[in-house]
Amino acid sequence: MTPNLASFLYLLSSLCFIWALKGLSSPNSARRGNYTGMMGMLIATVTTLYMPNVLSLEWILGGIFIGGSIGTLIAWRLKMTALPQLMAAFHSLVGLAAVCVAASTLENPETFGIGAPHHIPFSNLLEMSVGSAIGAITFTGSVIAFSKLQGILSGKPLSFKGQHFLNAFLGVLLIVLIFLFATTESSSLFWALTGLSFLLGILLILPIGGADMPVVVSMLNSYSGWAACGIGFTLSNPLLIITGALVGASGAILSYIMCKAMNRSILNVILGGFGTSQNEEASLSGPKASHAHVKTGSPEDAAYLLENAQSVIIVPGYGMAVSQAQHALREMVDLLKNKNISIRFAIHPVAGRMPGHMNVLLAEANIPYEDVFELDEINRDFSTTDVAFVIGANDITNPAAKTNPASPIYGMPILDVEKAKTVLFLKRSMAPGYAGVDNELFERENTMMLFGDAKKMVEHIVKNIA
Amino acid sequence: MPDLLQTSFQLNALSPFMIALIIFVLAVFVGYYVVWKVTPALHSPLMAVTNAISSVIIVGALLACGPLDVSLSKVLGFFAVILASINIFGGFLITQRMLSMFKKKERSKK
Repeated sequence: MTPNLASFLYLLSSLCFIWALKGLSSPNSARRGNYTGMMGMLIATVTTLYMPNVLSLEWILGGIFIGGSIGTLIAWRLKMTALPQLMAAFHSLVGLAAVCVAASTLENPETFGIGAPHHIPFSNLLEMSVGSAIGAITFTGSVIAFSKLQGILSGKPLSFKGQHFLNAFLGVLLIVLIFLFATTESSSLFWALTGLSFLLGILLILPIGGADMPVVVSMLNSYSGWAACGIGFTLSNPLLIITGALVGASGAILSYIMCKAMNRSILNVILGGFGTSQNEEASLSGPKASHAHVKTGSPEDAAYLLENAQSVIIVPGYGMAVSQAQHALREMVDLLKNKNISIRFAIHPVAGRMPGHMNVLLAEANIPYEDVFELDEINRDFSTTDVAFVIGANDITNPAAKTNPASPIYGMPILDVEKAKTVLFLKRSMAPGYAGVDNELFERENTMMLFGDAKKMVEHIVKNIA
Repeated sequence: MPDLLQTSFQLNALSPFMIALIIFVLAVFVGYYVVWKVTPALHSPLMAVTNAISSVIIVGALLACGPLDVSLSKVLGFFAVILASINIFGGFLITQRMLSMFKKKERSKK
């Protein structure tokens, strides 16, 4: 295969990837887009296999078979509620693969046509080390994010004194090591800088709390793209550069959207410690909530309220995902719809643990996407709604975000459920949400609390709807 | 001198880095505009599919794993092939699963 033909095929494959992303602008074109993406990957792989320096196929095909089987198995057995963890885990693999490829390039540069060992040009070494560093940070960062999402590590932000100083110091050290490596091509320096990046990945994600996981997952998504980009620069491979840039841009935009939905700067999220210091002060200074006025309802009460409403807006949150309540919910929605009650869903951008998580869960339960609305589309309608039914969500409905400048969530756009005639809160307990703030809505006149597991409670409500 | 001027702007007179940089910057712009068009409801599939396509790093892994004689470089490449393949198959299939759910809804609606 000539370089020109290969480049042309790589270009074709890049276009396929762009189409794949473009397809996601509507659910109608998305599936075709995904097939186009697969096609692009096939073209890229086959083109590379016909490269003159790819001589032994046994290992390669074996590797693809092993990896492909594992990947297929994971994809088929995945529960959609566990999607955020899985995404984090997958990002880590891209990161680790980038490190492997960078190391391999250093060991045997001739295979990649970038010079002989110990005579690799400075720029390639620089790109190689940057690619490896980003890959390594992506790897350990994603492993930490995975552990937090999976509940192996506590979702609480872990922070200690001098943390930012330490991270800044390590960051500078990393840059120094990269330059030293690029001038000397010493493989021990390469492993040192990669090791340091592994450490940095851990330290960067540990202090970030559970509520910020949507941002973290998006950020790591972005990093995995930049890592691929770095490798693309090292190998002067346009396909890797283009694809890496697409993925990097995509992750960056998602992080931006998530941050905006929480009214926080990306820097603020990265520096972490959300829900610790400010929070303790807030809860210490304010009078401890007595919960004296909290009205608790039974499933019968909830069923009665819902049946006699004309319009209902359901606000799902992470709690719905945890208890897998979406299918029971679908049953409830069907029953109410048969009674000509208007039912809609309102999704906050940061509901759940990854961007768009709630939409997927509702889609899984066969809820038509025409009934599912984003915050901007539906927020105005709460004032004309009879019942706002909040299932396993908390912070995204907390009016303190508007009224209390001392609250850590102040300024975050919220769903105005308080404006509905009646607010039903389905929660496991009075415990505050991830941000660690009490929700004054619980004590309002027009609020009724339903305590219990989301799925069981919704099932009870279904039984009580005649 | 005119000759020099003429050739100095041609692609073959540029360093590979410069060419790569041009491709990179343009690709970031394409990515930026394409991704803003993605509907928020499909942000999860977007993440899954970008995850799958970032595994195009398998191209580097295949080259690393390509030589006949066994070396550290080849073993590293082999690992990278496995890792990237998990991602490619897993990522595209999960995207497919998610998107098929969005599709089903539409059919039931009509």
